Amino acid sequence: MLRRALTAATAFALLTGCSVTTGQAPADRERVVTLVTHDSFALSQELLDGFKADTGITVKPLASGDAGEVTNKLVLTKDNPIGDVAFGVDSTFASRALKEGVFAEHASPEADKGAQRYRLDPPNRLHAVDVGDVCLNIDVAALEDVGEPTQLAQLADPKYRDMLVVQDPATSSPGLAFLLATIATFGEANWRNYWGQLAANGVKVVSGWEEAYTQDFSGSSGKGPRPIVVSYASSPSAEIGDDGQPRTKALLDTCYRQVEYAGVLSGAKNPEDAKKVVDFLLSEAVQADVPGQMYVYPSREGVALPEAWAKAAPLPTSSRSLPADEVDANRERWVQEWRTIVQG
Amino acid sequence: MVPLAFLGVFFAWPVAAIVGLGFGEGGVLRVLGDGATWDLVGFTLGQAAAATLFALVAGMPVAFLLARCRVRGAGVVRAAVMVPFVLPTVVVGLAFRALWPDGGVLPIVLANAFFNVAVVARTVGGLWARVDRRAEDAARALGASRPRAFTAVTLPALAPAIGSAASVVFLFCATSFGVVLVLGGARHRTLETEIYLRTVELFDLSGAAALSLLQFVAVVAVLLVGGAARRRRERGMPLRVEPPRRPTGGEWGVVAAAWLVVALLLTPVVGLLVRSLATRDGWSLDGYRALAGTGERGTLAVTGLDAALNSVRVATDATLVALAVGVLSAVVLVGLRRHGSWFAETLDTALMLPLGVSAVTVGFGYLVTMDALPGDFRTSPLLVPLAQALVVTPLVVRIVLPVLRAVDERLRQAAATLGASPWRVWREVDLPLASRSLVAAAGFGFVVALGEFGATSFLARPDAPTLPVVIARLMSRPGQLNSQMAYAACALLMVVTTVAVLAIERLRVPSGGEF
Repeated sequence: MLRRALTAATAFALLTGCSVTTGQAPADRERVVTLVTHDSFALSQELLDGFKADTGITVKPLASGDAGEVTNKLVLTKDNPIGDVAFGVDSTFASRALKEGVFAEHASPEADKGAQRYRLDPPNRLHAVDVGDVCLNIDVAALEDVGEPTQLAQLADPKYRDMLVVQDPATSSPGLAFLLATIATFGEANWRNYWGQLAANGVKVVSGWEEAYTQDFSGSSGKGPRPIVVSYASSPSAEIGDDGQPRTKALLDTCYRQVEYAGVLSGAKNPEDAKKVVDFLLSEAVQADVPGQMYVYPSREGVALPEAWAKAAPLPTSSRSLPADEVDANRERWVQEWRTIVQG
Repeated sequence: MVPLAFLGVFFAWPVAAIVGLGFGEGGVLRVLGDGATWDLVGFTLGQAAAATLFALVAGMPVAFLLARCRVRGAGVVRAAVMVPFVLPTVVVGLAFRALWPDGGVLPIVLANAFFNVAVVARTVGGLWARVDRRAEDAARALGASRPRAFTAVTLPALAPAIGSAASVVFLFCATSFGVVLVLGGARHRTLETEIYLRTVELFDLSGAAALSLLQFVAVVAVLLVGGAARRRRERGMPLRVEPPRRPTGGEWGVVAAAWLVVALLLTPVVGLLVRSLATRDGWSLDGYRALAGTGERGTLAVTGLDAALNSVRVATDATLVALAVGVLSAVVLVGLRRHGSWFAETLDTALMLPLGVSAVTVGFGYLVTMDALPGDFRTSPLLVPLAQALVVTPLVVRIVLPVLRAVDERLRQAAATLGASPWRVWREVDLPLASRSLVAAAGFGFVVALGEFGATSFLARPDAPTLPVVIARLMSRPGQLNSQMAYAACALLMVVTTVAVLAIERLRVPSGGEF
């Protein structure tokens, strides 16, 4: 009898919301702002603690997948959002989020310190928090003999045969960025032709960044067979050898810039505090913390990069990008066409 | 009614809601009429069937070893077969890619089988430990060869458990996600990966709804076929607690095969350990050191140890819910079965469905429904263990049910004649006979919950990262140390799993007749 009673009590307790082993939720009196983020979100705990000491606001991050997943979840729940602020909608998905009315206006006092360079819409619903450039990375030592390529067009050269590994744009965000880089470089008329040449030159396609970078690429931990990979401008900062020299290098003329935005959600339960959190994300302290925590570049001007970055991962100056609405309108068609060319 | 309510609220309602949204957009018929869609269905079912076959062939000798043999190291085997289950699929995918750099169908099938050998070993072993040896011994005494005695006597007795295991493994493989993504690339796609792409990346809810519907139909069809096959076999038989004994003669061959399977299962595991220690310039423990803190430059919000504790907490909650729902369901099913009823069949099939429906469908379904529950359940930390319990419950049912069903009705009648209440009958007759399988179900469920990443990854997660989440985060970063830490975190997850399995195995349900 006892056992069944216990079982029933346990089930009841769990279903009514007091778990046996999970801690209790914080009291309601606290000022909590829920921050819906992508999975890669990270900030130093000291900063969050400091923000709480200054404003009394506790930021509660809610990890919700990659940029696309975050955007779609926000669209699905726009009438009754799961948080107050969202961070992580990027330039690829921004126009979908804006079209659906996910974000509310907010004139941030911090918005003209550099973030305005990436502004998408006049009323300023989305604020650029960071930029991440997707670039080709090379294994410096492995390419000593044949010479380093500098432009995308050179990768069609037979001397770089079987050296390049890229991600599938359908399943990978850097993979999509690289496809967009080629479309921005060669134009709607010629990009298919270029990919035809890459396919003939033995490009390898894998589904995700992890496989490409940690297994096929020769310049990182996996010591794979291919010396050229699609990764980020910041990746070489993590590949510095004992001699202090970076083993890999980003090719700064092959980059595509993605911007990650934050904004107050329309229908936020706590809009005033939510605005403060957006301002906090744009503040000098957070912007200086962003590279080390998330491997991206600050959107704010005049913020110094960490030491390792200055040497190995400077911010690319000639990155390309396509207008968000153009990407939104053509993305599915481009990926389909890419599939036909590369996979026959 | 508790199981039905649980299923209704946390499974049927969210799934119906999100699929309904997709239907609202129209375009479902277009997807169903597309030839490529049917290729997906074919490949999904084909690879799942192949992987199930592999898992059965590899799992049977292990089941024999665990259930019947008193040999050194059986405890090690018991824990070792469970380890693959908790490894994040992306890690296993990478391990198999190291052997097949171009991916393809064979590594997908093998990787799926690799995860599921434990299901076969556990489910079949649970019943095998209870099957009366004397029938087999009698057959041998009458001159049957060992293989003949096995096929004529033992195999029919084990059929219900084999059927159970096969259907669970099939569902796991049909909805396997990470492995197919890593090893299949863009060439080999299944319903599961396509539903994910359409839901998460393309936001094509109507296409996703059409595919979810197909997945649902395929799963129900498989379950009905499996259920029919099982029913022909499930019957009362004399169950006893069979003490394991030293293998003799030809049995050593089976034991050797079991050890070979375990060695193969541990190969990728050893590979992971090597990667957690290897650097470009020799061996180092840096990954483990960094994991003891919060990683390089505070990569992680919590220490690896905290993440391990979070994992254990969530898995404990999930296991408790699943045990409660699962045991109640099993008892109900047994009771109904004795009186024979279509309702029992329906409930049985319904309980299995969560294994065969895409995690992303359930996750997004929660988003559009759970705000109706008190306290906006969409972002509640409780949602994770509840979602995991959905996956664990069917396993509990499958492990406990064959044993409960096999309990000889005459024993129960005898007890009732002697004046025992139904509850007392259950306690004195069913429970002792089923206790070992209950413990096995708890251990197994805990491990599944520990490693479960599918449902978890599509739910919004408050910042209490579990180990699989930490591993995924580390894997997605450049640099040697992050990679070492990711593999060190895998090692930690395996240690936690092994300790948990061994600890749960130590639990003994207090009862007469047992041990």
